[in-house]
Amino acid sequence: MSTLLIEQILNGLQYGAMLFLLASGLTLIFGIMGVINLTHGSFYMVGAFCAAHAATATGSFAAAILAALVGAGLYGLIMELVVIRRLYARDHLDQVLATFGMILFTNELVTVVFGRTPPFMDIPDFLSGTVQLLPDLSYPVVRLSFILVGALVAIGLWALITRTRIGMLIRAGADDRSMVDALGVDIRRLFSLVFALGAVLCGLAGVMTAPLLAVEIGMGERILITTFVVIVVGGVGSVRGALIGALLVGMVDSLGRAYIPITLYDLLPPEIASTLAAGLVSASIYVLMAVILLVRPRGLLPARG
Amino acid sequence: MSTMLSATTTGGATGPGAASRRLLVHIIAFVIFAGVPLFAALVGEPFMISLFTRFLIYAVAAVSLDLVMGYGALISFGHAAFFGLGGYVVGIVAHHGAETGTLFGIATSNSALIIWPVAVVLSAVLALIIGGLSLRTTGVQFIMITLAFGQMVYFLLVSLEVYGGDDGLLIGQRNSLPLIDTADPVSFYYLCLAVLALWLGFCWRLVGSRFGMVLRGLKQNQRRAVNLGFAPLPHRLAAFVISGAGTGLAGVLWANYALYVSPDMAAWSKSGEFMSIVILGGVGTLFGPVIGAAVFLGLEQILAIWTEHWMLVMGPVLVAVVLFARRGLYGFLVGDRSHD
Repeated sequence: MSTLLIEQILNGLQYGAMLFLLASGLTLIFGIMGVINLTHGSFYMVGAFCAAHAATATGSFAAAILAALVGAGLYGLIMELVVIRRLYARDHLDQVLATFGMILFTNELVTVVFGRTPPFMDIPDFLSGTVQLLPDLSYPVVRLSFILVGALVAIGLWALITRTRIGMLIRAGADDRSMVDALGVDIRRLFSLVFALGAVLCGLAGVMTAPLLAVEIGMGERILITTFVVIVVGGVGSVRGALIGALLVGMVDSLGRAYIPITLYDLLPPEIASTLAAGLVSASIYVLMAVILLVRPRGLLPARG
Repeated sequence: MSTMLSATTTGGATGPGAASRRLLVHIIAFVIFAGVPLFAALVGEPFMISLFTRFLIYAVAAVSLDLVMGYGALISFGHAAFFGLGGYVVGIVAHHGAETGTLFGIATSNSALIIWPVAVVLSAVLALIIGGLSLRTTGVQFIMITLAFGQMVYFLLVSLEVYGGDDGLLIGQRNSLPLIDTADPVSFYYLCLAVLALWLGFCWRLVGSRFGMVLRGLKQNQRRAVNLGFAPLPHRLAAFVISGAGTGLAGVLWANYALYVSPDMAAWSKSGEFMSIVILGGVGTLFGPVIGAAVFLGLEQILAIWTEHWMLVMGPVLVAVVLFARRGLYGFLVGDRSHD
């Protein structure tokens, strides 16, 4: 295998790991509470902003992580208590509109609180540098460690959902909400918990993005739409589906970025190829989603049959 | 007799009082819209005409969206794609007209009578493709796949470097029409008003027709409608295509109004805005989205003057509308139970 291919696969894994952090929360929230939560991307943005500002203020990466997790988690919890909670019984249209409104609000709130200048976050010292993976391939430590974090979260979530009482309640809630309620479980508290957990995972994804990409207003919406692609591809409501979808979308995006332009330049005159390549690269994951939905309208691994 | 009476009373809006109240709302709204240029001239605020032209154009798009959202229960999150396509047809023809005078070897024209129908037909074709594929799914998957198709169109427009890419295209002049001077703001305003009125009338007839009844039947109880012998897909697809064509028409008007098109016309936030307008005005009311467009854009304008952080207010307003005013502004104006 060529070095380029291995490098792109690793990039795909890293992007997929980050997408999984966002998608697992979103898919649980949809699967259990039946809420389409467009503000999910906003928690990620809040996390990234908190991380970048905490890192600038204290110079400590640990502080950045803490700030992102607490900031995103807290904002998510407040959002659930004030708005989302009232949307459980509503139809999808109401949920889409209300959470769309909250995106506008959050974007503006972040501008007011953190200012208009995009914050900048350095890669911490112990994560900077590269590892020599192959004789001719060195890969950044920071990206490798993010892949590792993603894998750990996936294992942790799997353990939480299949091995604990909370996880059992989450699964039961996804199957039959009213039955869980009737059995005396405080379903509202369970919902708040899952929602906050989803927001905390968004915060973690925010920390993992802040040193690599620009921290700016609008980053939440961009990633949100990709996250929706992930959960729709994987099958709405299932964490396993979110994992498969995240890896698939991560790979398609990363390999598409590398190989679509190369292939097109071989086949077409340069001026046409450059235009087409840019469009196809950005649209590749949407094409993937459209194809998968056409073959399997409920996604690859839907939660319920 | 008594059953008939109770049917009319439980229907709420079907009583004579509600009907006349609805008619009154329509007449007042029409008089306001028709009188805008006169009022603007009286108070010396020509800016008002421009603002109200925007209301009308967005209303055309919102009425079209309401057709699928309110009557077909198809929550399309990608309608901005048609808005963008309609606009770009105008922009691209104008671009080639200004540079070489030909497009695909055919001499370009600036006549609205040629360009507008072409743009509307192309929007309908795009809607046929997107709808044909998306309607294989339902519920949240439908919302997401329409969003995905919308994003595809958006990225396609961004990647069109020939047509300005991210920056979009400036358009030299409005498309020409016989007898009407489209460059004159007042004439253009009345043209938009006429388009809206005709489109509204057409949609009104459509939802009241057998086709519209089937569409609503499918929305209320698909299984029953299917067992009565109605196929869901052709009806829904037809509604989606008509709706896409109408939204494309709005895009055409917008390109002519702003003399500028950019990929933002097809951005997902534009789809969100259209949805917000429909819900604000009242889903499934056709006339409601017209009021919704005026209030949404008007509020945006007022808040933007008041504070640069206007979205800090607009966001919660949308949430409040969803939570507390379930039938939208139209429902509030004509009586709460009025509908359809």
